[in-house]
Amino acid sequence: MLLQGRELQSVRGERVLFSNINLDVASGQLWQIEGPNGAGKSSLLRILAGLLPAQQGDVLFQGEVIQQCREVYYHDLLFIGHKSGIKPELTAIENLEFYAAVEGHEFSTPPYDLLAQVGLVGLEDIPAQRLSAGQQRRIALARLWFSQTRLWILDEPFTALDVDGIAMLHDRFQAHLAQGGAIILTSHQDLHSMSYPVHRLQLRYQH
Amino acid sequence: MSKPTQSTRKPVASGQIFRQIIRRDLRVAMRQRSDLLNPLIFLLIVITLFPLGVGPGPDILGRIAAGVIWVSALLSAMLGLERIFRDDFRDGALEQLMLLPVAVEFSVLAKIIVHWLLTAVPVLIITPLLALLLNLPIQAWGVLWLTLLIGTPILSAAGAIGVALTVSLNKGGALLSLLLLPLLVPLLIFATAAVEATLAGVSPAGPLALIGAFSVLSVTLAPFAVKAGLRVSVN
Amino acid sequence: MWQWLHPYAKPEATFHLVQKLLPWFLIPGLILSAVALIWGLAIAPPDYQQGESYRIIFVHVPAAMWSMGFYVAMAIAGLLALVWQIRTAELALLAIAPVGAVLTFISLFTGALWGQPMWGTWWVWDARLTAQLILLFLYMGVMALYIAFEDERAGAKAASILALVGVINIPIIHYSVYWWNTLHQQSTVTRAITRLEAPSIAPDMLYPLLVSIVAMMLVSAVLVMKRLNNEILRREIHRPWALTYLGIPVVQRNEE
Repeated sequence: MLLQGRELQSVRGERVLFSNINLDVASGQLWQIEGPNGAGKSSLLRILAGLLPAQQGDVLFQGEVIQQCREVYYHDLLFIGHKSGIKPELTAIENLEFYAAVEGHEFSTPPYDLLAQVGLVGLEDIPAQRLSAGQQRRIALARLWFSQTRLWILDEPFTALDVDGIAMLHDRFQAHLAQGGAIILTSHQDLHSMSYPVHRLQLRYQH
Repeated sequence: MSKPTQSTRKPVASGQIFRQIIRRDLRVAMRQRSDLLNPLIFLLIVITLFPLGVGPGPDILGRIAAGVIWVSALLSAMLGLERIFRDDFRDGALEQLMLLPVAVEFSVLAKIIVHWLLTAVPVLIITPLLALLLNLPIQAWGVLWLTLLIGTPILSAAGAIGVALTVSLNKGGALLSLLLLPLLVPLLIFATAAVEATLAGVSPAGPLALIGAFSVLSVTLAPFAVKAGLRVSVN
Repeated sequence: MWQWLHPYAKPEATFHLVQKLLPWFLIPGLILSAVALIWGLAIAPPDYQQGESYRIIFVHVPAAMWSMGFYVAMAIAGLLALVWQIRTAELALLAIAPVGAVLTFISLFTGALWGQPMWGTWWVWDARLTAQLILLFLYMGVMALYIAFEDERAGAKAASILALVGVINIPIIHYSVYWWNTLHQQSTVTRAITRLEAPSIAPDMLYPLLVSIVAMMLVSAVLVMKRLNNEILRREIHRPWALTYLGIPVVQRNEE
């Protein structure tokens, strides 16, 4: 069991977003958090990643509350939220070099092939601010191709990808799950016809 | 096929992550060189305004020089403060920073150091010019420089706290000054006192030591307050 | 932590406690205020140097004292809110801040008034007034920070952090401002004010001063308590206990 959520509750202002949410994510599983807009999907992802404190409940990584094993957890976690985390002043390559370096990973050659996977051929060496928002998101997604973390928490990873890009991401997910990794994501994409099983968690909008 | 339950990767050394943060931030700053120069130019303009406003008499200028330089340094530091976290907040690099497998305080310290390198070092370089423009008697130049060297880390550290608390707000600017300036009053008092002591022929060791103590204290304690502020702002 | 504190983490419990305590603060506060005013303004003898105008210390000194005391109380509330996540503590911080700020302003105003008839100046940069001015900025910063946040709970947390940073700095600021003042010319105003606050103050003036200090504390505390209860009520308005307290019939809802 990789990640568990126990009786999670989130409150935003005076509104209860969700209550008593339980989640068990094991190796090799992909979980999709579903629900209408405003139901708290992004908040749940952030709570699971430890960015947002839950009003009630605990998140456990490998059986331990994440507040107690923060560094061990983050060693194995890759979170990409709404914002890409890409510095616009740096090139795609420089951005990826940073994220690789903080994982202890050195590129032997500049990662042009990685960026090709996400359809950024020819755009690797210009400052990211000259790329479109969608292209900047794809630089962030390129991290999924070299990261060796086991748990991925992704908020709407498929936006900004074209059909080929979506297919490549599915392939990458499949490979990751086969190696024992796990994925938790939200998406407006239809994930029903995938070659891997998709577990679902439904959040309902609370008034 | 059995899947490993423990990660087989070695954890990355904190020092490595620390260096990477500094390296990346310096790189980003170098790409926006105008942002580095603006606070410096502001500083020079403010200093130029004083003789114009107060009168060019060298004795008056000399007496207020230390205070003017320090107040101007404080104001121009306010200008450059936003850079510590605001851009990172906007593009998501800040939350990624908080997800690194090191203590957040450590990453914060790296950013404070970068801020100091980018804002204080240029000021330290042009201090002789500022002292010259305001007719500060030459025997006090060294002490003035020392107060800036020892005192500017306080600006970066306290500033980081203020920015962390306000980074998610739209107002920013004036609110940040309101929060920070009361906290920086002791620094101003002791820095100018050190220079005045030197001009009076007395040893500035007392005030300098106090500034040094505050400096060490603020740089070591600020990261904790910054982390608390970031956790509030990032959501 | 302290077991007796735990029940009061719930706003409802605090509300009722404060309601009970209120008369014990209000009535002695009003009585002592009257006593202090009459004693200080009418009965105590005039000062041999300043004549009648020294009497403003009966307002100035308590206000100055409690402006600092309330800041510390506010910081403690912030600490409880941050570390132990106590909701009521957040509300307490919000209740104290404006009252403390007003006390600071009163001390500044009366301090300025004090100097005027004697030395013809409305403002003097003496250590006390300067330190009080900085304290006012500290209070304003806490309030401004809270207001700037859209999410009120995030604002309360940010304000708590700032209050704690401020409280650590207050001794440093005080020491440095007083030191700065001795470094530069000592004005007669400063020396006069310091003398009147020194232990050698005449008993005829000291006793009414003590009474006014206690009175000011009680009256200010009443204001804080009232504000706190108003805040609690405002936030808990949808809860059954609040509706019952206000005499509004409770409509049964399915969720509860």
